[in-house]
Amino acid sequence: MTLLAVDDITVSYGRLTALRGVTLKIDEGEVLFVTGPNGAGKSTLLNAIAGVVPPGSGSITMDGVKVAGASPEDIARRGFSLVPEGRNVFGALTIEENLKVGTGMRRDRKNIADDLASVYEEFPMLAERRHTPAGMLSGGQQQMLVIGRALMAAPRIMAIDEPSLGLAPKIIDQVYEILVRLRAQRKLTLLIVEQSSTRAMMTGGRMILIRGGRIVLEGAATDMIKDDRLKQAYFGFGDH
Amino acid sequence: MTEILQIVFDALSLGSLYALGALGIALIFGVMRLVNFAHGDFIAFCVFAMLWPSVDAAAIVFAGQLPFYLLIPLLLLIGAVLSVLSEIVVFRRFRNTNPATMMIASFALGFVIRHLLLMLYSSRPKSITLWPSLGLPVEFLGAHIPMLQILTIIITLVVLVVLVLFLKRTRYGLEMRAAAENFTMARMLGVRANGVILLAFAISGMLAAAIGLILATNSGTADIGMGANVMLIAFIATVIGGLGSIPGAVAAGFLIGGASVVFQATLPHDARVFRDAFVYGAVIVVLLVRPQGLFAPKSSKQRV
Repeated sequence: MTLLAVDDITVSYGRLTALRGVTLKIDEGEVLFVTGPNGAGKSTLLNAIAGVVPPGSGSITMDGVKVAGASPEDIARRGFSLVPEGRNVFGALTIEENLKVGTGMRRDRKNIADDLASVYEEFPMLAERRHTPAGMLSGGQQQMLVIGRALMAAPRIMAIDEPSLGLAPKIIDQVYEILVRLRAQRKLTLLIVEQSSTRAMMTGGRMILIRGGRIVLEGAATDMIKDDRLKQAYFGFGDH
Repeated sequence: MTEILQIVFDALSLGSLYALGALGIALIFGVMRLVNFAHGDFIAFCVFAMLWPSVDAAAIVFAGQLPFYLLIPLLLLIGAVLSVLSEIVVFRRFRNTNPATMMIASFALGFVIRHLLLMLYSSRPKSITLWPSLGLPVEFLGAHIPMLQILTIIITLVVLVVLVLFLKRTRYGLEMRAAAENFTMARMLGVRANGVILLAFAISGMLAAAIGLILATNSGTADIGMGANVMLIAFIATVIGGLGSIPGAVAAGFLIGGASVVFQATLPHDARVFRDAFVYGAVIVVLLVRPQGLFAPKSSKQRV
């Protein structure tokens, strides 16, 4: 079943057009890996879905309900949880407070305590330091925290923008292992945006390559990584 | 000894007033990046709300005649409603504009409120007597401290404790702190922008009403410009405290109140008229040494 459908959206910042006619679909339980060079419009795509930058034209629907133009909080309440680039922990809030911010919109109040316990189980380091201000954590720990925080919102789709940004390779592997495990455990639908496509090996699923605000290549992640067309499309060889 | 005690109480009560003002400004700045320069006019509006509109010199006290247990909640409500209305009618339309535009909108709103008061009450200051018994001094360790000073300090402490409990222990407080640090991120976690902002305005309006009550009780007059001085110092306190930091704003409010009183007491007699110049001089020195404010919020430094 299609959970999220983006249909022919265009997003502009002033005179600069960041996305031109992007169309994609995500089914329930699927992993979609979006890659592309710097400035291709990957983050803009996530921000448009999240309601942070409203699309100029085109439509976005979740479960068939139109969400383009809705506020970020309403889209979050429909089950779209975005972990934006640069992590954005609330530095002055404790770890536990960070985890609780997104629970206010949940209707299933009685499950919140269980979810908190399972997030702590998944990330024991967060449990140990639950009353520490989140600003004191290292980059890798903050990445774990924002994933935990997104989970606490009980999302149907979790979107992550550049989870590997600024992290050591070992930590990046850890982050991806956790994402893969969470997906298996919770039947979570994942939308991952990453400049480097190599980690798509770990997640599998579908992959989309964006360049210059357009989708230029689409296919199964494992096939695309081996394919020379990815490199060509990434760098734009053969286009002109 | 008694003289020092007197100075301490003067400093604490004046600092309390500034701290309450700075809080009202910092709360709104936190969630909206708006410095609300109409805050001083909110204070005056709340005081005039106790008077029957007339241009005569002898004011007819209207709501001010109510017993305190009705008057205080009523005035807090008036402050909250005025503040919330100004958000809905004015500031909401400027929410996505740059901070300078919002600031100018707040100046404009302040002018409108001030001139509305001018129209209804004329520019003549009016006498208003609320609880004259609070002006009487009580003896405390040999010093004579006006009851109102003690009450002002107590009220401020109670407000601070309640506010801290609200911010630290309640759902709305958590959402407000999250929104103050990163508004977009909070919204992406389902925090309703309008809810948080309206709440900040409501609390800020109540703080303005509380300041109005204290000022009116203390001076016995209602003057259209009466909120301006507190507003100015409160704004400076939020800057010195580190814009966006609520504890910083409170601490800086007390600091400036303390500095004013200490300068007043220790400057040579001829220099006392220039007390404010010394206070603002100290402010400049602080900003030269720490331009980000004394207590810059943690969010402003990001770990990578």
